[in-house]
Amino acid sequence: MPIVMDAARVSRSLTRIAHEIVERNRQIDDLALIGIRARGVPIAERLAAALHDLTGVTVPTGALDITLYRDDLMRHAVGPQPVLRSTEISFSIDDRVILLVDDVLYTGRTIRAALDALIDFGRPRAIQLVALVDRGHRELPIRADYVGRNIPTSQQQSVQVRLVELDGRDEVEVEG
Amino acid sequence: MSTAATALRSRHLLGIEHLERDEIDLILDTALAMKEVGSRHIKKVPTLRGRTVVNLFFEASTRTRMSFELAEKRLSADTLGMTTTGSSVTKGETLTDTARTIEAMAPDLIVMRHASSGAPHQLAKICRAGIINAGDGTHEHPTQALLDAFTMRERKARLQGLRVAIVGDLEHSRVLRSNVFLLTKVGASVVVCGPPTLRPVGIAEMGVEVTSSIDRAVEGADVVMMLRVQHERMKGLFLPSMREYFTLFGLTPERMRRAAPDAIVMHPGPMNRGVEIDSEVADGPWSVILDQVANGLAVRMAVLYLLAGEEG
Repeated sequence: MPIVMDAARVSRSLTRIAHEIVERNRQIDDLALIGIRARGVPIAERLAAALHDLTGVTVPTGALDITLYRDDLMRHAVGPQPVLRSTEISFSIDDRVILLVDDVLYTGRTIRAALDALIDFGRPRAIQLVALVDRGHRELPIRADYVGRNIPTSQQQSVQVRLVELDGRDEVEVEG
Repeated sequence: MSTAATALRSRHLLGIEHLERDEIDLILDTALAMKEVGSRHIKKVPTLRGRTVVNLFFEASTRTRMSFELAEKRLSADTLGMTTTGSSVTKGETLTDTARTIEAMAPDLIVMRHASSGAPHQLAKICRAGIINAGDGTHEHPTQALLDAFTMRERKARLQGLRVAIVGDLEHSRVLRSNVFLLTKVGASVVVCGPPTLRPVGIAEMGVEVTSSIDRAVEGADVVMMLRVQHERMKGLFLPSMREYFTLFGLTPERMRRAAPDAIVMHPGPMNRGVEIDSEVADGPWSVILDQVANGLAVRMAVLYLLAGEEG
């Protein structure tokens, strides 16, 4: 199955996104990065490191688990509940510009759940969306502000993002 | 080492006895994530929207009932409550008939407290809903044992190898039974202590040490759990006097000095101050009694969440 992004390409994409974030947001001090569990979290942390290298500013990062907000949670007639992980946002999101980070943007339903969750934490000034991969097939009116790579896929395929922090290596593979 | 469970094997939580260790870990880990919800500005998530939970309390309860109700509300479930007074139970309705009536309203989950051991098991045979035992007679009180374990893990960062002393009215305590089942499953070492008249038959076969000396029980303990003297269940002469009970089995600051240096004191509540526990201990630096109440909420949210996925 094809590897559509290798480690070098993942790294270049994140560096470019960091530059775009600086370009679009004049006040870096107001930013905060919140990664969606699981793979949005290390991407958010890498972007924070890249932003620090570029500007010297340490942008706070958090981790968001959207399980309790999923729209498909109670629709499976029989079956186990998804495993719940903890949300860790140790700063107030009020009046900040939140950069919401996920690995793959697909139907948009995860992002819808994440937006609902964020609103329960406070009232950010704005929320911008970062996705390492946009694979299309949106089911909701949601788009990303920053995209690492657009990858056309069919709905039968699946996109696997692997990251050093969780999987031992950086790569994006299209399966099926 | 078993692999981590991702779901509970039963759609009811009737007791700890039949839970596997990995299921206990799953509930405690889920509760940790649930605890964070309580620290938010808006302490409510939409997870159980459109689900109905019935709270059936056939026996007096303050903290367990309020804790379950709040847990249900924080998960956005619709809740209805029934207590014995003001219900048809006072008109002589049997448990089976009450259960059939509630079944006709098609709830998703039923939380039940009852003075008779085994009542929730009977309910589980009649109803399609998932049943959560909130205490049945002198049998089990699973969510209490889970919140106790959660509190111990929070304070001690582990359960395995902990030395836990459980002291008091062993005979009438469902909290004792659930805790012993749980703590022996996770590899804690348990010593129980109580007057010989308040010691259930077969307690030594549950894998615990038994002693009549509170000093020996508390010696080196990481956790000292006091049980309430349950006057209301004592149909006979079990204790000469409350003063004598306190002298022999009451937890005092002097006795706490025998415990491990950073030991914690737990009590499932409601406390009889001056009977099983001295106020100086109950309100002292060892006490995690109010943490237990706060953690009960997170544990019950976890149980409701995990069971709501399992439809009949």
